[in-house]
Amino acid sequence: MKGVIHPPDTAKARWEREVLEPTLAKAPERTGPFTTISGREIDRLYTADDVVEIDAARDIGNPGEFPYVRGIHPTGYRGKLWTMRQFAGFGTPEETNQRYKDLIAAGGTGLSVAFDLPTLMGRDPDHPLCLGEVGKCGVNITSLADMERLFDGISLADITTSMTINSPAPMIFAMYLVVAEKQGADWSKISGTIQNDILKEFIAQKEYIFPPRPSMRLITDIFSFCAREVPKWNTISVSGYHIREAGSTALQELAFTLRDGLEYVQYGVDAGLDVDDFVPRISFFFNSHSDFFEEIAKYRAARKLWAEAMKNRFGAKNPRSWQLRFHTQTAGVSLTAQQPYNNVVRTALQALAAVLGGTNSLHTNSLDEALALPTKETATIALRTQQIIAHESGVTNVVDPLGGSYFIEKLTRDMELGTLKYWETIDAMGGMVEAVELGYPQKEIAESSYQFQQAVERREKVIVGVNEFVQTDEKPIEILYIDDSTAETQLGRLAELKRTRDNDRVQRALDGLRAAARGRDNTMPPLLECVRAYATVGEMCDALREVWGEYEEVPVI
Amino acid sequence: MSQKIRVVIAKPGLDGHDRGAKVIARALRDAGMEVIYTGLRQTPEQIVNAALQEDADVIGLSILSGAHMHICPRVVELLKEKGLDDVQVVVGGIIPTQDVPKLNALGITGIFLPGTPMQNIVEFITGHARARV
Repeated sequence: MKGVIHPPDTAKARWEREVLEPTLAKAPERTGPFTTISGREIDRLYTADDVVEIDAARDIGNPGEFPYVRGIHPTGYRGKLWTMRQFAGFGTPEETNQRYKDLIAAGGTGLSVAFDLPTLMGRDPDHPLCLGEVGKCGVNITSLADMERLFDGISLADITTSMTINSPAPMIFAMYLVVAEKQGADWSKISGTIQNDILKEFIAQKEYIFPPRPSMRLITDIFSFCAREVPKWNTISVSGYHIREAGSTALQELAFTLRDGLEYVQYGVDAGLDVDDFVPRISFFFNSHSDFFEEIAKYRAARKLWAEAMKNRFGAKNPRSWQLRFHTQTAGVSLTAQQPYNNVVRTALQALAAVLGGTNSLHTNSLDEALALPTKETATIALRTQQIIAHESGVTNVVDPLGGSYFIEKLTRDMELGTLKYWETIDAMGGMVEAVELGYPQKEIAESSYQFQQAVERREKVIVGVNEFVQTDEKPIEILYIDDSTAETQLGRLAELKRTRDNDRVQRALDGLRAAARGRDNTMPPLLECVRAYATVGEMCDALREVWGEYEEVPVI
Repeated sequence: MSQKIRVVIAKPGLDGHDRGAKVIARALRDAGMEVIYTGLRQTPEQIVNAALQEDADVIGLSILSGAHMHICPRVVELLKEKGLDDVQVVVGGIIPTQDVPKLNALGITGIFLPGTPMQNIVEFITGHARARV
């Protein structure tokens, strides 16, 4: 049957001949094109004839059962709602600490830390490249002292924290562990997530420091450290979000992200770990873009692909290794600076798609994010959007409400097959590290983003308020403006820290880190010692830069 | 015969979000301009040196991180120092509206916020690139 779209004897073919064609003769359809936001052609109708190759029992199954297309929990959201986790961070640690306390008071159920660019790039605020960047896109964390301020009055034993940190993930994670330790929290009980996904940095977001191979080693060091010491910690959040924001299609987001996941598992296995000892702590992070059904299909296909790859490719035996858990964030790139209130509607639809796709946690963007970081008011509306979906829409009463839809099942299947095809290409290159070194995913994404922009320019893709329904008499809205006082505060603190700490202990700790980096010892214990000695993020990263060098990409346009 | 407009597209600061810079670079190239993309994490000094070496008519800065009020004045200042005052500087990215007059005062009038049609950018650059002798 494969390859033949509508054999002449199908019910769909009959309908097309007898019902559709006479209608089209009288009333033609709009010019279209009828494609998803990723450019995939969509037929006008899906029927049983489109899903003949899908075996419901084998390919779809039931919630809580392999291959988990319909969800990893048998009870869906009837058991537990998704975690409403709003990403936030700006300015000084104290300012962000206050925002967290506000979010918790408003009913947020988990924290999610946004760090500023100096922290993300492993630079102290006094580095020349940090000019104008301190505290702008997130909170600035220079040393353990800042981490203590960030979580002041927040009990790490009672909340889960997600930290969007990649290249310096081991340093920031070590700081979190030391704060927990000082609060008296037990490492074996605390939970949370570090993003720690360097491959998508090389592919899309470009916040890398070290070359790919030592970067991968830092990640496997965390896998083995956590398996022993922090067993409930999610050691990596393999992220498609940034791949999509960089302009990939939905299929590329899915295929590259899951292939990144396979790469991490392979490196973990190669480092001598047992699959079932670390894979259950791997989680994922996807985008939710504007094309409603395509997104839902993407999440459903993701669960199946992961379950099958873990079971068949890696021989995982623990069902927790098969179950793909994921966080979702609505698409920042879909938000418009024009008529910004429309962004509330975009975000609500994207959030609904994530929920119908079975997300385990969710961040909804604020309406002003094409202009600035969100204000307290817009961040609250974003959280309320999730609460309305959870408590008013009724969609949480039933598990996988769209399962069995001809259209959704066909889209899900096509996402799966398309992903397998990309995996073949990447496998043939030797793996994702090699593909990244060849610039392959980077090129694919650059091409897709250009194609999309062209479609917008031609108005084949309508963006309300931007290329259609434009309004010229808009009044500016009030936005959060971050001044330069954070830089002054943090520079002052850095100087003070260097005056008051035991600098000999810092140097000894940094020497220990260099030695581990040169050899094969796990880098986490020396990093914990550096953190306890109040070494800065910049000092720890510089020590590793000395040993491993820095990565520089060849830009692909 | 008219010469091609030469444009340096640069990503200053620490930010790595290069989707906009790359799409613009390609669109300007498709519009017949000579485009030099500097890659990521360029200091104002590196950007102005690239403009000098490449004999650029226009510098396009892509800034999403909020560092524009530090980077733009420095680029303009360095251009003056090198006698390149006639190189047109344009900026694209996340620029709060209250900063637009301050950038205008520096002589930067091409400020392109999210959602700006490519065609507007091409037309602005074509109309404002320094005249080639």
